[in-house]
Amino acid sequence: MTNGNQVKSLTGKKHNFGMVIDVDRCTGCGACMIACAVENNVPPGPVDATDRTGITLMRVYKADNGMDFPDNESVFFPVSCQQCEHHPPCVSVCPQNAVEVDPATGIVGQIPVRCLGCRYCMAACPYHARYFNWWDPVWPEGMERSLNPDVSLRMRGVVEKCNFCFHRLQAAREKAAAEGRDEIKEGEYIPACVESCPTSAMTFGDLLDEGSEVYRLAQSNGSFRILERLGTGPKIYYFSEREWVRNIAEKDPASALKRGATTD
Amino acid sequence: MDRNRNNGTKDIRLVARGVNRMPFGKFLYLLVPWLIILAIGMYAIFLCLAKGLNQTNMDNRFAFGVWIFLDLSIIALGAGAFFTGFLVYILKREELRAVLNSAVVIGFICYSGAILVLMVDVGQPLRAWFTFWHPNIHSMLTEVTFCITCYLVVLSVEYAPIVLRNKKLKEVPAFLAMQYELHRIMPVLAGVGTFLSFFHQGSLGGLFGVLQGHPFAFREGLAIWPTTFFLFIISAAAAGPSFILLTTWIASRVSRKRLVSDNVFALLARISGSLLVVYVMLKSIDTLTWLNRTVPSLGLSGIGFFLWAPFNIWILFAEIIVFGLVPSLFLLFGSGRLRTGWLVASSVMVCCGIVLNRFVMTIQTLSLPTMSFDRFMIYTPSWQEIAAFLFVVAYGVIIYSLSFRYLRLFPQEIEMKVN
Repeated sequence: MTNGNQVKSLTGKKHNFGMVIDVDRCTGCGACMIACAVENNVPPGPVDATDRTGITLMRVYKADNGMDFPDNESVFFPVSCQQCEHHPPCVSVCPQNAVEVDPATGIVGQIPVRCLGCRYCMAACPYHARYFNWWDPVWPEGMERSLNPDVSLRMRGVVEKCNFCFHRLQAAREKAAAEGRDEIKEGEYIPACVESCPTSAMTFGDLLDEGSEVYRLAQSNGSFRILERLGTGPKIYYFSEREWVRNIAEKDPASALKRGATTD
Repeated sequence: MDRNRNNGTKDIRLVARGVNRMPFGKFLYLLVPWLIILAIGMYAIFLCLAKGLNQTNMDNRFAFGVWIFLDLSIIALGAGAFFTGFLVYILKREELRAVLNSAVVIGFICYSGAILVLMVDVGQPLRAWFTFWHPNIHSMLTEVTFCITCYLVVLSVEYAPIVLRNKKLKEVPAFLAMQYELHRIMPVLAGVGTFLSFFHQGSLGGLFGVLQGHPFAFREGLAIWPTTFFLFIISAAAAGPSFILLTTWIASRVSRKRLVSDNVFALLARISGSLLVVYVMLKSIDTLTWLNRTVPSLGLSGIGFFLWAPFNIWILFAEIIVFGLVPSLFLLFGSGRLRTGWLVASSVMVCCGIVLNRFVMTIQTLSLPTMSFDRFMIYTPSWQEIAAFLFVVAYGVIIYSLSFRYLRLFPQEIEMKVN
C-alpha cells in the first residue's frame, strides 16, 4: 500500500504515520481547525488578516455535487499538509533544507528557525497547506498563559504547516520510555485535530501496522486521496461511501467552472 | 568646440573627453522625478522590512507576487550583458563592442536591482546566507541563488574598469593600472558570466517547470531539467539584445545624439530575431507536447487551464504569436531593410513577450485552482509592492544616467559625431 519512507525507526520498528478522514461523518464544524490552532500556538490573526493571510494549518473546504435543490448534497474536506511521501514537492524545492522528512516516522517536518521565508514551498504545494507568518505573533494580554509549552513559537517571516503534532509523538515516546517500553502503543499518539473531532471522523495511526484501524480504513473500498494523480503519495486518506464524493478528489478544477462556479 | 559646448557643465572634469553632455543643472532637473520615486520606494521598502510582508497584498495562495514576476522579467531583460559579452569575447563579433559597456551597466542594474527586491521579498533577509551554509542541492532556487550572486560579482568586476576609465579617476595611476589588468581578464569573465547566466536563467525557468503540484507549470524534460529550463535560457538570450537595442535607442533619443551606427542596430535585431524564431519554434513544440501529452497523462484537459477569465486562451496566443512570432520575423527579415523605428517597436514587442511569459509562469500558475473544490484567485499588488519595484526602476535610470554622463558607454559616439 505505502511505499517510500518505510525506514526502520531507531528501535527497529517501521512507522509511516497517516490519517483517514471519513468525510461522510464530517459536519464541517471546524473543531479540528480550532484544536490545531490552540495546540500549535497559532496566534490570533490581526484585524486586517483575511482568510487568505491567516494561519489555518487545518482548513475545512466545502464541496457539493453541483445539483440544484433538492438534489444538492454537500461534503466537507478537512485539508492539512497531506504528508506526501513520494518526492514531496515542498521538500525538494526548499533552498536551505528547512523542510525535511523524518525517516523514522515518514512525517514531513518544517524547521522554522532555518526558513528564509522565500515561500517557494508554498508555491509548490498543490494543497495550499503551507502558511506564511505575515505578522509578528501577538496574543491578547493574559492569553499567552494558555500557550502550549511543548510547541515553540514561530516568528514573523517564516513558513509553517501541519507536522502531525510531532511534539505529541515525542511526549508519547517519553512516556513509553518512562514505562520501560521501546515502542508506543496504538492510540497513544494522535494529533490534536483527531482528538477533537466530535464525530470521530478522523482516524490516525501507523499505515504500516496491518492490525491498525487506520490501515484497515485506508485499504477499504471507499478510501481515496486528493490529487493522487500527481504522484506525490499523500498519507492523508479520505473515506466516503458516495461515489461523487470520491470523484471530487481527482476531478478537473475546470469542470467546476463549467457548472458556473465563481472565479474568486 | 566641445569644450565650449560643455562650458555650462560644472562637472566638466568628470565628463569624458570628446563628448558633449547637457548642462549639469538640466541633468539634475531631469533626475528630480526619479529621485522622488526613489525616496518613495525607499519608504515602501522600509515599511516592508520594519513591519513585515503584511505591507504587501501577497497571501498564502499568492506566495509569489509582483516582485517575483518582475524579478524574473528584469533578469531576462538583463541577459543582454552576458550575451553581448559572449558574442564579443568568445565569438569575436567586434561590431558589438559599440554597445558592450552599456550592456554591462544594464546587466549590473538589472541583477543588483533584482537581488535588492529579493532581499525585501523574503521573510527573513538576514538568513540569506543560510542557503550558502546548508544548501539543498536538489532545489532550483539554490542554483539560482548561487549563480545570481556569483554573476553579480562578475558584473561588478566587469563594471569596474568602465568606471575606472572615467577621465578624473584615470588620473590616479593605480586605478589606471587596475583598469588595464581588469581589462585583460575580460574574456575569462565573459566566459564565466556566460556559464553562470546559462544556469541561472535556466534555473529560473526550472523553478516553475519542476512544480509537479501545478500541472499548468509542470513540464517534462531532459534528465533533471524541465523544458522550461531551456526555454528560459533561449528566451533570455533573445530578449537581451532587444533590450540593449531599446535602451541604446532611448539613450540616443534622450541625449539627442547618435551613439552607435545603424549596422549595430541591425546586427542586434538580427541576433534577437534569429534566437526568437528558435524560441518560438521550441515554445510551440513544448506547448503542444504539454497540451497533448503531459496534461492528459494527469487526467486533465489542457484547454481547461484557459477557461478562467481573464487568463483565457488569448494569453497563449499573445505570448507565442503577437509578441513572439511577429516581432521575430520583423527583426530577422527587416534588420537590413526596415527603419530603426520599426526595429525599436519590434524590440519593445519582444520585451513585452518575455515579460508576459514570466507573468504567465508566476501569476497565472498561482491563480489557477489545483483541487476541484478550490477557487480561482486573483491578486492586486499593494502600493508598497509597486513603489518598491519602481524604486528599482528609478535606481536603474539614475545609475544609467550617471554612467552615460561620466563614463564612456558608447565608444562610437565621438565617431558618430564627426560623421
